[in-house]
Order: sequence, then C-alpha cells, then structure tokens
Amino acid sequence: MSMIDIRNVKKTFGGTEVLKGIDLTVEKGDVVAILGPSGSGKTTFLRCINFLEKADEGTMTFDGQTYDLGHIRHRDIAAIRKKTAFVFQNYNLFANKTALQNVMLGLQVARHVPKAEAQKIGMAMLEKVGLSDRADHYPIQLSGGQQQRVAIARALATNPEIIFFDEPTSALDPELIGEVLAVMKQLASDGMTMLVVTHEMNFARNVSNKILFMDNGYVLEHASSKEFFENPKEERTKEFLRNISSQHDA
Amino acid sequence: MNERIIKILIEGFGKIMLASIKVTIPLTVIGFACAFVIALVMAMVQYTKVPVLRQIARFYIWIFRGTPLLVQLFLAYYGLPKLGIVLDAFPCAVIVFSLNEGAYCAETMRSALEAVPEGQFEAGYCVGMNYLQIMFHVVLPQALRTAFPPLSNSLIAMLKDTSLAAEITVADMFMSAQKIVGRTYEPLWLYSEVALVYLMYSTILTVIQRICEKKLSSYNSRETSVKKEAKA
Repeated sequence: MSMIDIRNVKKTFGGTEVLKGIDLTVEKGDVVAILGPSGSGKTTFLRCINFLEKADEGTMTFDGQTYDLGHIRHRDIAAIRKKTAFVFQNYNLFANKTALQNVMLGLQVARHVPKAEAQKIGMAMLEKVGLSDRADHYPIQLSGGQQQRVAIARALATNPEIIFFDEPTSALDPELIGEVLAVMKQLASDGMTMLVVTHEMNFARNVSNKILFMDNGYVLEHASSKEFFENPKEERTKEFLRNISSQHDA
Repeated sequence: MNERIIKILIEGFGKIMLASIKVTIPLTVIGFACAFVIALVMAMVQYTKVPVLRQIARFYIWIFRGTPLLVQLFLAYYGLPKLGIVLDAFPCAVIVFSLNEGAYCAETMRSALEAVPEGQFEAGYCVGMNYLQIMFHVVLPQALRTAFPPLSNSLIAMLKDTSLAAEITVADMFMSAQKIVGRTYEPLWLYSEVALVYLMYSTILTVIQRICEKKLSSYNSRETSVKKEAKA
C-alpha cells in the first residue's frame, strides 16, 4: 500500500483554475521532484496537501486513512500535520527564537516533549545539518543557507513521515545552494520520504527517484526520474527539458 | 531670585514631589497598565477577526480617539453623576485615562501584529502548533518588540497628560503647583518648577526605554553574534 495517495486535487483562485485535477502516489522512501514552469501550480499543490491553502476538491489517503480535501476537519488537519513537515522557500524561521529554539519549539509546545529531551533532539538535528556551533544564533545572524539548514533541522526534529520542500534553494545565493542540496541529498540517502518542488535539475535527475511534471494546472508526466529525463513522452516535457539544457549551455 | 522665592521653590518641590509620588505616578502606572491590557484585547480581537467583538473594538476606538481627553474627563466626572454614576476623582481619572490610552495603544498593537509576516504562522502550523500557541510563542513576542518604542512614546505622553486630571479635582502634582501659585502669586517660578519635575520623570522613562530596547534587540540585530564571536 502506498504511503500517500492523492487524487483529483482542484483549486481555483478568484476565477482562475490553478489546479485542474492533480494525482500523485508516494511510496515510503520516495523522493519526488515536482517540476514545471512558473505558474504551473506546483507550489499551490504542495500547499494544498499540507492545508496551507484549502483545496476545492480532491482526496488524500495517508497511512490508510482517506480524507476529503475540500471538507477536511480541523482535527484531521492537525493529525496529518503532526506526521508531516514543511520547508519554505524563504525559510520562515521563528524570528524571535534562536536556531536551537526554532528546532525545539514544535517538540516542546505542540508535542509536550520535556525541555531537556527537546534540547537533546534539537542539538542532534542541528548536528545533522552541520550547524551545532550556531545553536544560539538568531535567524538574522545566519546566512540564507544556514537558515534553510536550520529549517530542515526543524522539519526533522518532529520525526515526520514525509517532508515537503517548497523551492528550498530558490531564494539562495548560488554559492549557498550547494550546502542545502547536500543536506537534502543526505536525507534522501537516509531513506526520508520527500516531496520537493524545485528548479534544480541536477537534484531532480540525480537524487529524486520520481518526477511529477506539471504545466498549466495539469500533471503532464508522472514517471521515474530516469524515464523522465531519458525518454520523455510528452512534447511539452521535451520542450521544457530542451529549454533547460539550452540555459545550461548558455 | 530672592530668598523668598528660593524658600517657595524648596517648599514647592517637596509638595510637588509628594503629589507626584502619591498621585501622578500611581495614576500613570495603573492607567497605563490597564490601557495595555485593553489594547492587547482590542488588537487581538481585530487581528483574529472575531465577529461582533471586532465591531465593538472599532466602535470603542472610534469614540475614544475621536473625542478630546479633557472632555472625556469632564463627562465622566461631572456628567455621569446625572445618570446616578458617581465616581471619586482618582478612580474616575484612572478609568478615563485607561480607556483613552487603550484606544491609541490598541491601534499600535494591531499594526505591530499585522507587521509580523504571515510565514511565521505557516511555519508554526507546519510544526504542529495551534493558533494560540503560535500567537503566544511566536507572533505576540515579535509584535511586542515592534510595538515597544511607540508604546513607550504613549506612556511618556500619558505621564504628561495626567496633568489634565487636576481639572477634575485630582490632587496631582500640577494641582499642588497651582495651589502654591494661588497662595504666592509666583506662576513663572512654580510652573517652571513643575515643568522640570515632569521633565525629570519623562527623562527617567526615556532612559528606561533605551535600556529595554537594547535588551530586546538581540534577535533583530546582527551585532550580538559578532560581539560573541569577538569574545570567543
């Protein structure tokens, strides 16, 4: 049985249909890269399945439980969110908390983990992203790449079954992208299930095992990453890959 | 300045200080504390868009920001007895100052809450916290930091505005100065003296504000980390 099975997600913003029926199946340990041009609905889709936006319709089966995304109860949202984590494009670290406190807060406040234990987990997670020496720094005192790594540590701390990444490297200096991708690559090889909206083609090609290619609110391809890059079926996919490779050549 | 005036000023200083400790400072502290609580509640119900309460908050702010403080004091002290509501001068002043200042501070707090980026909420939800937990641990502390300088400003303004309470027979430091003037006919010297005492108190508040701001600034200044590293 798949870990997550998402069917027919639709979303309209002020008369514009942004998602026109998205399906996605995720197995445990999958690293799914969601690709597509700007405005194709990738980020909206990711936000809908973590309820940061409310989908108009669609269903999600998570750990054998099926939810109606158009009419989901608060209690179900809270229950699903405790099993997932989200990494934002612009980090969204809690500005009034240190790196360590950022990682601990979800444990201490939302899950009532005792402080000493939360601290232990927090330090271990910062260690994992290579930032234990920055534990007492506030977000503003960290570089973008460090902030994003703290955000990943925060996501890991609550031991989620899946982590959603919304363009985690898009706001970063080219020089800092590498350190974040390296952490994500490590997670993937540790077997973490990840759903990653990204423009990083190398990551999609080399780290992810599945690709969801979206355009204009539709899924055009849902394939293994090998198949997607080597043998794309749709004309639009070929065009997208051509445009990207010509960018790289330029 | 002759000996008589020096004597009047020395005697006046004692009386003015006594009145400030007995009346002006308690009125300012109690009034502002109540105003702050009112402001927090009014700002929260607007920010959270609680139906009905939100309209009540708007109405309250509209009334108390839209009418003069002195008129509010007169209305409460001289007007309400006609409706059978009789208040002593000091509690009456405390109530009016709390409500008046609360209306201004509510707007300060609301704008500070609205200045906290939406992403702070989203991140909070994604680590499993609920609305109130996020509010209490993340959003409100940031909003209070933003609101601190304008709130300090309001506090200093209120300290001086308490002199209006003398108009409804509250024996504050301005009234004690007025009394001595009535007896000695030395308005220039005594009103200068009471002005200096107000200045002294607002200077103290300004210094406290500066110290607090420094303490509060840790998370929005890069400086601390540089200092820490330099020490290490």
